[in-house]
Amino acid sequence: MKKLFLMLSSATVMLVTSATAADDPIAARKAIMQSVGAAAGLGGAMLKGEMDYNPKAGKAVMTAMHSAAIGIADLFPAGSETGGKTTSSPKIWEDMAGFKAALAKFEADAGEGASSDLADKAAFQAAFGKAAANCKSCHEGYRVKK
Amino acid sequence: MLKKIAAACLIIGLVAAIVLWVLSAPATLSEQQIAAFPAGDAAKGENVFWAAGCASCHSAPKAKGDAQLTLTGGRGFATPFGTFFAPNISTDKEHGVGSWSLGDFANAVLLGTTPDGAHYFPAFPFGTYARMTHGDVADLWAYFQTLPADKTASKTHDVPFPFNVRRGVGLWKLLFFSTEPVLAFDNPSEQLKRGQYLVEALAHCGECHTPRNPAGGMRLDRWLAGGKAPEGDEVIPNITPHEDGIGDWSATDIVYSLETAFTPEFDSFGSSMVEVQENMARLPKSDREAIAAYLKAVPALAKE
Repeated sequence: MKKLFLMLSSATVMLVTSATAADDPIAARKAIMQSVGAAAGLGGAMLKGEMDYNPKAGKAVMTAMHSAAIGIADLFPAGSETGGKTTSSPKIWEDMAGFKAALAKFEADAGEGASSDLADKAAFQAAFGKAAANCKSCHEGYRVKK
Repeated sequence: MLKKIAAACLIIGLVAAIVLWVLSAPATLSEQQIAAFPAGDAAKGENVFWAAGCASCHSAPKAKGDAQLTLTGGRGFATPFGTFFAPNISTDKEHGVGSWSLGDFANAVLLGTTPDGAHYFPAFPFGTYARMTHGDVADLWAYFQTLPADKTASKTHDVPFPFNVRRGVGLWKLLFFSTEPVLAFDNPSEQLKRGQYLVEALAHCGECHTPRNPAGGMRLDRWLAGGKAPEGDEVIPNITPHEDGIGDWSATDIVYSLETAFTPEFDSFGSSMVEVQENMARLPKSDREAIAAYLKAVPALAKE
């Protein structure tokens, strides 16, 4: 069950980036964000003790976040500011350099976690916490509630 | 006959104007009331400071960490009535509140009255802080004395006529100002009472999460049911225990979200809720648990 879940979430990232990214960047970045949410949900469930920690699952969580950070960076082209029920804030396009810097930080933090030794829960907690802190710091300035 | 009616109308109008003028006067606490405030404790005031979220509006735009303690002001709030700018409330004697007395501070926080006897605009949530205990006001004021001074001048609000007439806020207060609790509970536990105090008096959750009527008053029959944001163009979530709100969140989920900014679905909080969450994370865990108990106990309201 866990494995299926993981395979699905990483498959989502690959599928959307190859199939629809060019013609529908809004749908593509939404799907990637959902995969990040699913990965965070799995990591959070292990940290909260709702599931036992498993190093393979921990690795998959960090890898999914890392690949999402890479995959999403080019999905905010000019012209994708509105439509498709996007919750992207106009601030992304007003401050593209700041937004790209925030994404680069997420990519670096998640990448560091993905390549680290995640043998035990404490190691995963440190890696996950560092990467997941980027969720709210980016959503604070660059996402709106609709 | 017509003349008599006209004269009567004129007199009624004049009387009404005088009555409204008197009723719209800014209120202040008496010297005896202020003298009866307990002595302030700065250490306890720090908790009040984070619970009340002072820094989230009054620190410099985007301030994080220790910079939040310098209450330099300057953040803008774009409302349907105009754009309000949070003033400097640092301890600077000229530009901040450094020359204020405890009474000045209490009149501002509890009654929305400036030291020179005018109304504050309700972008400052005095209508919620009105329910604060005098002990908490005294503690908060003691804590303010420990904060840095900053010489930044306060910005002038960008608010058009007629909303820029401060006396008009007196009419708003007549309609919407109350020190009564929003909800009444039968035999509330100590935890529920604490949660009610935190939400209804300090954390001012309702200022954003409760929709407003066209006059800018909170619609208390829609308490915490969300809707259009009071500033900006976002939509604020319903946080009542209804399926349209956060009915499927457990009390533990609520506490966890206030600690980590993650919802049970592992979406993260965004926009202004991030600062609120960071404030709530600074409180004792028992306070977050009290807020959760209260949010599970409020009336469940469907979206409109």
